[in-house]
Amino acid sequence: MFLLRLLLKNALRHKLRTTLTMVGLVVAVCAFGLLRTIVDAWYAGVEASASTRLVTRNAISLTFPLPLNYAERIRAVDGVGSVSWANWFGGIYVSERNFFAQFAVDPPSYLALYPEYVLPDEQKQAFLRDRQGAVVGRKLADKFGWKVGDAIPLRGTLYPGTWTFTLRGIYDGADAKTDEQQMLFHWKFLSETMRQRAGAAGANADFVGVYVVGIREPDDAALVSQRIDALFRNSLAETLTETEKAFQLSFVAMSEAILVAIQAVSYIVVLIIMAVMANTMMMTARERLAEYATLKALGFGPGFVVRLLAGESLLIALVGGLAGIALTFPLAAGFAQAAGTLFPIFQVSPLTQALQLGAALLVGAVAAAWPAWRMSRIEIVAGLRHVA
Amino acid sequence: MSTPPVAADEPPLIRIRDLSKAYVRGTQVIPVLQGVDLDVRRAEFVALMGPSGSGKSTLLNLIAGIDKPSGGTLEIGGVDIVGLGEGDLADWRAANVGFIFQFYNLLPVLTAAENVELPLLLTGLSRRQRREHVDAALAMVRLDDRADHYPNELSGGQQQRVAIARALVTDPQLIVADEPTGDLDRVTGAEVLSLLDELHRQLGKTIVMVTHDPKAAARAERLVHLEKGVLVADDANGAAEAATAHAR
Amino acid sequence: MKAVPLAYIARNLWVRRVTTALTALGMALVVYVFATVLMMSEGIRATLVATGQPDNAVVLRKGAGAEINSAVSRTQAAIVESLPGIATDGTGRLLVSKEPVVLNNLPKRGSGKPSNVTVRGTSEAGLALRPQVRLVEGRMFRPGTSEIVAGRAIADGFDGVALGQTLRFAGREWRVVGVFDAGRSAFDSEIWGDAEQMMQAFRRNAYSTVVFRLADADAFERVRAQIEGDPRLTLEAKPEVRFYAEQSEALATFISILGTALTAIFSIGAIVGAMITMFAAVAQRTGEIGTLRALGFRRGAVLAAFLGESLLLALVGGLAGLAAASFMQAVDISTTNFQTFSEIAFRFTLTPDIALRTLLFALFMGLVGGFVPAWRAARLKIVDCLREA
Repeated sequence: MFLLRLLLKNALRHKLRTTLTMVGLVVAVCAFGLLRTIVDAWYAGVEASASTRLVTRNAISLTFPLPLNYAERIRAVDGVGSVSWANWFGGIYVSERNFFAQFAVDPPSYLALYPEYVLPDEQKQAFLRDRQGAVVGRKLADKFGWKVGDAIPLRGTLYPGTWTFTLRGIYDGADAKTDEQQMLFHWKFLSETMRQRAGAAGANADFVGVYVVGIREPDDAALVSQRIDALFRNSLAETLTETEKAFQLSFVAMSEAILVAIQAVSYIVVLIIMAVMANTMMMTARERLAEYATLKALGFGPGFVVRLLAGESLLIALVGGLAGIALTFPLAAGFAQAAGTLFPIFQVSPLTQALQLGAALLVGAVAAAWPAWRMSRIEIVAGLRHVA
Repeated sequence: MSTPPVAADEPPLIRIRDLSKAYVRGTQVIPVLQGVDLDVRRAEFVALMGPSGSGKSTLLNLIAGIDKPSGGTLEIGGVDIVGLGEGDLADWRAANVGFIFQFYNLLPVLTAAENVELPLLLTGLSRRQRREHVDAALAMVRLDDRADHYPNELSGGQQQRVAIARALVTDPQLIVADEPTGDLDRVTGAEVLSLLDELHRQLGKTIVMVTHDPKAAARAERLVHLEKGVLVADDANGAAEAATAHAR
Repeated sequence: MKAVPLAYIARNLWVRRVTTALTALGMALVVYVFATVLMMSEGIRATLVATGQPDNAVVLRKGAGAEINSAVSRTQAAIVESLPGIATDGTGRLLVSKEPVVLNNLPKRGSGKPSNVTVRGTSEAGLALRPQVRLVEGRMFRPGTSEIVAGRAIADGFDGVALGQTLRFAGREWRVVGVFDAGRSAFDSEIWGDAEQMMQAFRRNAYSTVVFRLADADAFERVRAQIEGDPRLTLEAKPEVRFYAEQSEALATFISILGTALTAIFSIGAIVGAMITMFAAVAQRTGEIGTLRALGFRRGAVLAAFLGESLLLALVGGLAGLAAASFMQAVDISTTNFQTFSEIAFRFTLTPDIALRTLLFALFMGLVGGFVPAWRAARLKIVDCLREA
């Protein structure tokens, strides 16, 4: 207890310096947490993946479609429970800034494959009945202030022209990991409209973007994937089937360079503050030289001196770290707001918080290490001479 | 650098009338100097003495122009110090006052020569001219061989001599010394005092010195005693008079 | 106002070397991040800017934004080809190329992770339209065959695309017969083959773009009006330079904003470090401050001295950070461009402008960090300073 009181008094002696150090530490912990959260957000799609879902796409690249008639053949594959499909629509709502994901899907099979999109039953029925209907996630509806029954206009880029949908339902995510910023509508509507509008060029009308395949046993994933791909080998549209997780990871891999950079930078920021704090502790140690010598002369062992200096550093680090963690939440909320729909899931994970605290304590320990070692070895006489 | 002898009817260099200084701490007013009258003639060597808290250091600070009085007049060389603004006061100090401190107050990162040069940077002299003055000042304190040493490479006495060279280098009319031998042992203290003697006798410098040291006081020709902020005694220093008479 | 000598300022930093080093290190790291981000953004822009030729024009479907989203039917392409204003080469052949552009998902060398690579069907005219492209290995593909050539970045960065290797897609084998260098432009990240062969293999009826050279570089507006005004065409035309510049917008801006936001936050840490150091410096040297003031140096000189010390400290950190960042120029980096959804290889590019902005940023940190301590130093009373000496 005596040690703690002493530490507290010491830390408060030089209020300005302690405050500044803590400000720096809070900023660093916040930045570290924010960066990790950004990286986590990038992997949100991966985290939301189910082990019983596979994604089948054209083997050339995601930008090539697959024929609609593949659905039946995939359904017949051993191990497959259900099949659905989705087309990335890529439309613009009012302006490019309002980016969000839109998929043309086969509602009955798709909603069955994604039980985490929780829809009240009457909304689901209304959606199924209305070919021009759409459902959106709660966060998206809140963002644009949509209510059931509203008309939602989209300007198509991949599928040119203006498209209007009627909002029939708003789904809630089953847990925090579920993306509530998506819009789903009927693939049939897309197909029929394209056929009408494009005429001959409506050869696109009977193609899907990806197939989503539900399997019975997660362990069968690799086997079933191979079976599906074998079906279509040497055909016009060869397929590549992988687990949903692998599919989502491939998106993350596209921005790998940026992610690596962000992660590197998050460690750099910890280094920065480590340097600053080490500087502070060294200054503090130098000033307290005479006191430590006196303590030693009075009979306190070198261990006590080490504990004193290290303890002060850790105390500052602990307080700063906790404050930094607390501040990360509003900062993350603000960032999510600014980034809009770019990061549908943006949450500070418990692991991040633990790492933040760990980083703060590490900074405190490292910062005090060298000065504490120096001070523990100080000769009493040499220290006392420093009184002047 | 020798100056003409003082004429009998020459006005005093330092003219102090009813000088007072008080510190305000919260609501309390603490008087440090009260109603001090003092005249110091050119080329006089005056020692200010008194117990701790007598106000002698405060009086020295006021004379040196590094503090402002609460009341009274203070004229040095005909200039009303009290009326000067801060910037003008700084300029006045640069031209007219040489400082000698108890702990030498040399800048540790500058060499002896660079420390001595500092006051010259406040003049308009060229680098070559400054160098000449610095060399002359260091020669005068017999430290020209240590010009490029840093203070931590010099003994206490040597450092004080560098400080004296610095105090001289702009040829100020007034030297202000605060316990110049306070941190020195007997032998080195004596060396420093001899130097001060030389400055006084050969260069005709006016010296006002605060000291506890009787050996230092012995060198002064006039002893001014203060107690509780009031001038209580102002005697010609018998010992100094006798020495001067002896030298003549 | 006479200034305190520079030697005093500089040597004080040297005397407290460890503190100076630690504080400068903090600043150097921030500066490093700042400069690197700017260099990354600049590198992307430079790559895409180098891609467009000043007298080339690009025609896409209206509102497409990227080549892979665009479709120009054969009929429409033929109409564009017949427009006046297209340049001809020495032999009288029109310098116009109708090109299908698709993305192939290929595994990266080393990690094996897949990424989308742009595959472009082009022609002899297409090659002529891009004079910055030179073969460095092998030879150009023969028209009418399933031969392809790979851009340098793709040949180096991906598996299975080296000279002599074969890619399998659209039910055919495509052999890599050459590697080309495109002068650090976007084409370095592409694979080229014969346009008609690709159209057949992909069973397409529409090209992605039509690229041509203007006979008269100033006549672009006229040609554009013709294309966009023609009711048979739902197309838009852009100068190639502007088209590629726009391709870099989203990515470069994203990196810029992310980097600037991060650096702003980090700079707080570095500024705090500078403040702590300078406050300590002032506290340690009050005796010297008093001495200087007594000797006649003005308050302003004291302010300038400590501010100068902080600025010098920041300059040291800034130069160190900049030097570290300049080493990044040797690094090849690639990422997926959001807009084109395909891989683009680029380099960190250091320009004099970036170097200047970086150093100014460093000095700014020094100024902000050092100002309050320097101000406090200048506000001290002489007698208080001397008392503490």
